[in-house]
Amino acid sequence: MTSALAKHAHYFADFQSLVHGRGACAPSWLQSLREDAWVKFNATGFPTSRRGNERWKYTNVGPIAKVNFGVTSQPPAVDGLKALVPDYKIDGSTVYDLVFVDGHYSPELSSPSHDSNGVIASSLVTATNDSNSVLESQVGHYACLDEDGFVALNTAFLNDGAYVHVVDGYPESLVVRLTYLTTNGVTAKVTHPRTLVVAGRNTDVTVVECYTGPQETSYLTNAVTEISVGEGANVGHYRLLLEGNKAFHVGVSRVSQKKDSSFNSASFALGTALARNDMEVLLDDSGAYCELNGLYLTADNQHIDNLISIDHAQPNCTSRLNYKGILDGKSKAVFGGEVMVRRQAQKSDAEQTDKNLVLSKLAEVDSKPSLLIYADDVKCSHGATAGHIDEDTLFYLRSRGLDLGAASRMLIHAFASEIIDTVKLEPLKDYLDTLFTAAIPDKSLTFGSAK
Amino acid sequence: MTTPKVISRNATSSELDSEYKWGFTMDIESDLSPKGLSEDIVRLISAKKKEPEWLLEWRLKAYRHWLKLKQQAPTWANVEHPPIDYQDIYYYAAPKSDAPKSLDEVDPEILAAFDKLGIPLQERERLAGVAVDAVVDSASVATTYKETLEKHGIIFCPISEAVQSHPDLVQKYLGSVVPFGDNFYATLNSAVFSDGSFVYIPKGVRCPIELMTYFRINQADSGQFERTLIIAEESSYVSYLEGCTAPARKTHQLHAAVVELVALNDSEIKYSTLQNWFPGDKDGNGGVYNFVTKRGLARKNAKISWTQVETGSAITWKYPSVILDGDNSVGEFYSVALVNNHQQADTGTKMIHKGKNTHSTIVAKGISAGEGNATYRGLVKILPSAAGAKNFTQCDSLLVGDKCGAHTVPYIEVKNPTAQLEHEASTSKVSDDQLFYCQQRGMSVEDAHFMIINGFCRGIFQELPFEFAMEASQLLKVSLEGAVG
Repeated sequence: MTSALAKHAHYFADFQSLVHGRGACAPSWLQSLREDAWVKFNATGFPTSRRGNERWKYTNVGPIAKVNFGVTSQPPAVDGLKALVPDYKIDGSTVYDLVFVDGHYSPELSSPSHDSNGVIASSLVTATNDSNSVLESQVGHYACLDEDGFVALNTAFLNDGAYVHVVDGYPESLVVRLTYLTTNGVTAKVTHPRTLVVAGRNTDVTVVECYTGPQETSYLTNAVTEISVGEGANVGHYRLLLEGNKAFHVGVSRVSQKKDSSFNSASFALGTALARNDMEVLLDDSGAYCELNGLYLTADNQHIDNLISIDHAQPNCTSRLNYKGILDGKSKAVFGGEVMVRRQAQKSDAEQTDKNLVLSKLAEVDSKPSLLIYADDVKCSHGATAGHIDEDTLFYLRSRGLDLGAASRMLIHAFASEIIDTVKLEPLKDYLDTLFTAAIPDKSLTFGSAK
Repeated sequence: MTTPKVISRNATSSELDSEYKWGFTMDIESDLSPKGLSEDIVRLISAKKKEPEWLLEWRLKAYRHWLKLKQQAPTWANVEHPPIDYQDIYYYAAPKSDAPKSLDEVDPEILAAFDKLGIPLQERERLAGVAVDAVVDSASVATTYKETLEKHGIIFCPISEAVQSHPDLVQKYLGSVVPFGDNFYATLNSAVFSDGSFVYIPKGVRCPIELMTYFRINQADSGQFERTLIIAEESSYVSYLEGCTAPARKTHQLHAAVVELVALNDSEIKYSTLQNWFPGDKDGNGGVYNFVTKRGLARKNAKISWTQVETGSAITWKYPSVILDGDNSVGEFYSVALVNNHQQADTGTKMIHKGKNTHSTIVAKGISAGEGNATYRGLVKILPSAAGAKNFTQCDSLLVGDKCGAHTVPYIEVKNPTAQLEHEASTSKVSDDQLFYCQQRGMSVEDAHFMIINGFCRGIFQELPFEFAMEASQLLKVSLEGAVG
């Protein structure tokens, strides 16, 4: 115990200052949740990639455990921060913005909703003070402390965070943009962003989570997102990982879907030294549909690990999983997909795909798309590919007069657009397209044949 | 008592029960070591086999390494079993009679037993054209066709004999593909292995007949730890078959074998397995724990092909692998894994691409029935040196009944951009339309099921030598009995 305490001493100091300081006014249920989480984290610590730990088989979080990341106790001044928040105009629907700077809710940069007639989109700390019973039953309900040390650590530091609640039958479609921003600082910072989305029956809400921060600075974002999709609800979810190139990001998303609901998610990752995107969708009642798309573009020494699980717990659900990666430099991409079809989940329909485009001789792809099936009347398939750009295709484009660079860029862009095109918010789609197009490595693809 | 005794099974459920006709025990006196594992036992086994000093040292190294691993039996596989008490196993059990000089001297009890198994052990079955090495419990009891093979310079004998007659070859290659510290069960095997087959094909020789080893566990509470080593010199070819059975017993038996294949430049090894260890009764009592390490090393232009039909064993834990070391080498893996009742199988392959333009093909068919769970677990690894490597993987699963499970867990690791990998998998049940069609043509539900399942596996059976393919098809039918209808 003492050695464990010594190991996480700086986290413990931060934890103490939170529970006795600015977090002291939290309701008792939250205080005890934090305590439980801390005990859990202190016991489990960070996961190791030792043999047998399938969830972390290809990713070593040693670099994260080594650094003494600290929580910032005061939010920084907001001057000039507005420009750092990704901006794209969304017309036609109601848009709420919640911005968090270094883990603190920023009222100046946000446009919340405390609307008593149906929509809450506000900071979690404000909502907890309103002693909201929904909150008490939902926070920590989907992302369990037992999962791994990161969830426990996040929960121990649960204070600010985003809370989106749309009441049953709310007629209008909504967009909520959540931006978690880390600023430059002298010491290595850690934030523990927490998001809870509760979409009531037959509602239509789109949540855009964006994580961003400065280049050339080492910091850690340890995010946890919980989403509850009510009966017949339609939830869009976009996860934008636009962290700096020295940043560490560990994100855990847990989604639970009710009857006939629909969940459309797309995850985009650029930058980040070490990124982990751990997402789990539970299809908890019949007729639920989920579509999970992902696109990651890595370069240099970046490492990205996507662990996507879909749990078909009930009959007649459909899931579509499609992740694509573009790898350059010495980067490494890990994909772990798991589709579980439980015994009673007859008539399940699941498809799982992971495709990787490898642009450099030193890049590495580790892919593990698995199917675990316990029901017999199902339609399940998966596929995985890894390879470079087809030389014949390249030759075709060159024969039409394109130079090698332009032809390569065109093909890489085409590979990426399949995922970008799934974004239903037009302005966001354009924004992402611009970002990814700019990030496509400017290189001519000539590997020559191996003969 | 002169006739083999048949352990009767639960008679009341005989209609549902698929008959395990290999479930008799042979009434043969056994030479048993005391139960349990210790350094003394390792020394005892080595002494009984009159092994040279280096081999004893190698066994002891493995044993000491195994002690260090004791708490770390692999847990990642999708199988469940109670912890194994390694001190409650006989590590050495051999038929008591001395090594026979010719077939006439082989214990008639053993011959009768092999007759019952349908193994062409007798010379009169020369027409079958198969050279057989039969291993009961841990000792090799008879090898046929030795002289014919010797004419070609082929060595096919028990490994214990090879240690005496060809120590240089054994010393050079033993542990070269599966080192003693490779994994928990391989380490255990390295310490206590007692027999197995040894095959050596000289340069440029195409082995004229199929080589076959028949393995059988007879003694109760005994573990079987056989070790097979096959060396194919440059430009040679060999096809090797392996069959396994065990008596039906209420307790579990451990089988931890190691197979090493060395395919030197331009050679080809074709290794086929028909695994039919006792799968346990319909309630999951008894059965063999089959924890096997099989690996081949393919040098330049060499080809290694694994074909397996896995219908037996309570638990199968087996990943026949190929290290594609030389340029242009080829690895193949064809597998049918069938689980019924409470059987569990976690099986697949590893293809490690090191050389340029190496190709591998994986076709795995899983059939789950009853309350069985079949998992395909396979690794395709492309190392940075493997430019132009290609892999094609196809895993199909068929579910029969609603209490079984079929799982696919592929691992793909790519470190070279010129590699091309394709993986595809599908899982479905037997199509209602196909069933309807067959029934409408007058077939019973059961026959229709069997025909469709047989068709599902056809591609794999075609890879087997002819007689084996027939047997495999029959085996499948027997193993599936009671699962449908």
